[in-house]
Amino acid sequence: MKPMNIAEKILAKASGRDYVEPGEIVDAKVDKVMFHDLTGPMTLKVFEEMGGGSVWNPDRIVVIFDHIVPASSITAAENHVKLRKFVKVQGIKWFYDVGRGGICHQVMVEKGHVCPGELIIGADSHTCMYGALGAFATGVGATDMAATLLTGRIWLRVPEAVMVRYTGKMPRYLSGKDLILYTIGEIGADGANYKAVIYSGDVIRGLPMDDRFTMSNMAVEMGAKTGIVEPDDVTLSYLKDRVSECFTILGSDRGAEYSEEYEFDVSDIEPQVACPYRVDNVRPVSEVEGISVDQAFIGSCTNGRLSDLRIAAEVLKGHKVSRDTRLIVIPASQDVYREALREGLIDVLLESGAMICNPTCGPCIGVHLGVLSSGEVCIASINRNFIGRMGSRESKVYLASPATVAASAIEGRITDPRRYLKGIA
Amino acid sequence: MRIEGIVVKVGDHIDTDVIIPGRYLGITDPSELGKHALEGLDPSFPARLKPGVILVAGRNFGCGSSREEAPVALKAAGVRCIVAESFARIFYRNAINVGLPIVECSGIHSYTRDGDRLSVDLSSGVVEAVGRQFRFKPLPDFILRILEDGGLTNYIRKLRGLPT
Repeated sequence: MKPMNIAEKILAKASGRDYVEPGEIVDAKVDKVMFHDLTGPMTLKVFEEMGGGSVWNPDRIVVIFDHIVPASSITAAENHVKLRKFVKVQGIKWFYDVGRGGICHQVMVEKGHVCPGELIIGADSHTCMYGALGAFATGVGATDMAATLLTGRIWLRVPEAVMVRYTGKMPRYLSGKDLILYTIGEIGADGANYKAVIYSGDVIRGLPMDDRFTMSNMAVEMGAKTGIVEPDDVTLSYLKDRVSECFTILGSDRGAEYSEEYEFDVSDIEPQVACPYRVDNVRPVSEVEGISVDQAFIGSCTNGRLSDLRIAAEVLKGHKVSRDTRLIVIPASQDVYREALREGLIDVLLESGAMICNPTCGPCIGVHLGVLSSGEVCIASINRNFIGRMGSRESKVYLASPATVAASAIEGRITDPRRYLKGIA
Repeated sequence: MRIEGIVVKVGDHIDTDVIIPGRYLGITDPSELGKHALEGLDPSFPARLKPGVILVAGRNFGCGSSREEAPVALKAAGVRCIVAESFARIFYRNAINVGLPIVECSGIHSYTRDGDRLSVDLSSGVVEAVGRQFRFKPLPDFILRILEDGGLTNYIRKLRGLPT
């Protein structure tokens, strides 16, 4: 038996085996599944077409309304009604309706639905975020979700693993978002296709959970099946008071194999920006400074957490959003929203001229609360800048950290956030 | 399984947002989705997708969101098969699950042209283009069975002893 990495170990455990290796297809038992109001309607349609019946275990299913909340159209409202009925009829234990939770991935981790060592399947591509807590989590479509709801099982190909190590001294102005944009720029939008990415090194060990979530969240933007950080004290302290179940912490064996290994020294990395229309079209902020922006957006499952709102407030305190642009801020969850209120962050943001909207994915997918017109440019703390992602196919989206987005909102053009952060020369 | 069709080409990194833009999500009727297939790339694209099309793509086809509406829309628009240099993983699974055959075949993108006739043999792993054969790793048997059943839904119905 060769040494295994953490991804292989979780899949071995989930498939009741002692050992698995890349390329093998395993029939795995899932620990949790999650779907939301956008992938839910198609999932339920397929569930019925498969013959319907009862779900395999209503206690292990989490349903979260987040993409179009509150309903912005009659179709969305009707979809919500269908899903509520399904939740009730099936006796699904974990249901976060409008006003109860927030953006699905944030709710999954903050409400303790993710444990290290678990296999979690979600009907959303950014499900890979839970890897930040040492789980193997990956996104699937509606049919896979329907089949998993019925059986509690899924076939998975054991992925090769890509090791990404971060070394050097992390500058205070840099965030997990800058690190992951830099990484995607280096590895490419399909550079980790079908693979598990494992983030490691001293820089990761020193990184707070919020930043780790951002990095795991965007693993899919380099094609990865999941993006894992091996659990440590930071993980355990996050899980304390959130998770009541028992869990097994798994870690990579010494000598485990990786199909590729990368090492990045972060000491001199500048804030990063991904330019239209690809997430791997990444430039240091100095190369794109000065591009006018019509809208700035801070939010999403990638960067709508408390520390994101804190840094935004730090940058914006005492400044106003430029008259030539607008700033929309969306806390990732009800809990994040409430805590940001308590800390006075929302007040600072409002004072600067930001519009605060309710927790939802809305603008990130170009559906509501900040859709772009043709010709408009947006700088956003989100995860994708594809053609038409946030609205018109003639609009453009630049991706950056919340600090860079906030600084750009002040100046009305893409701006290096270092000028607005305390203690940065 | 053998599939024949006429080539329509697209480039690298075609993401699911351009295959079916976010504003159409929530629609579950395949024929309605099919009217917007690849509209995000070019509003005239849906009109080019007629029954019998084989889509030939470059690298990383279907990257991005997990939306199953993407392969559903392409299939409903008449796409019989997608041949690409590589696929993003969620799209790959979704296509098979909705019964849309999909093969990774190296070298095909630069060789073929719009309007070429192409035939794809899924079981033996051969694509026949005009004047040349390309080989690809055949799909595993259980995936071929899912495709033969028209997708995972019918496959599961059979497993459950239900009529298909």
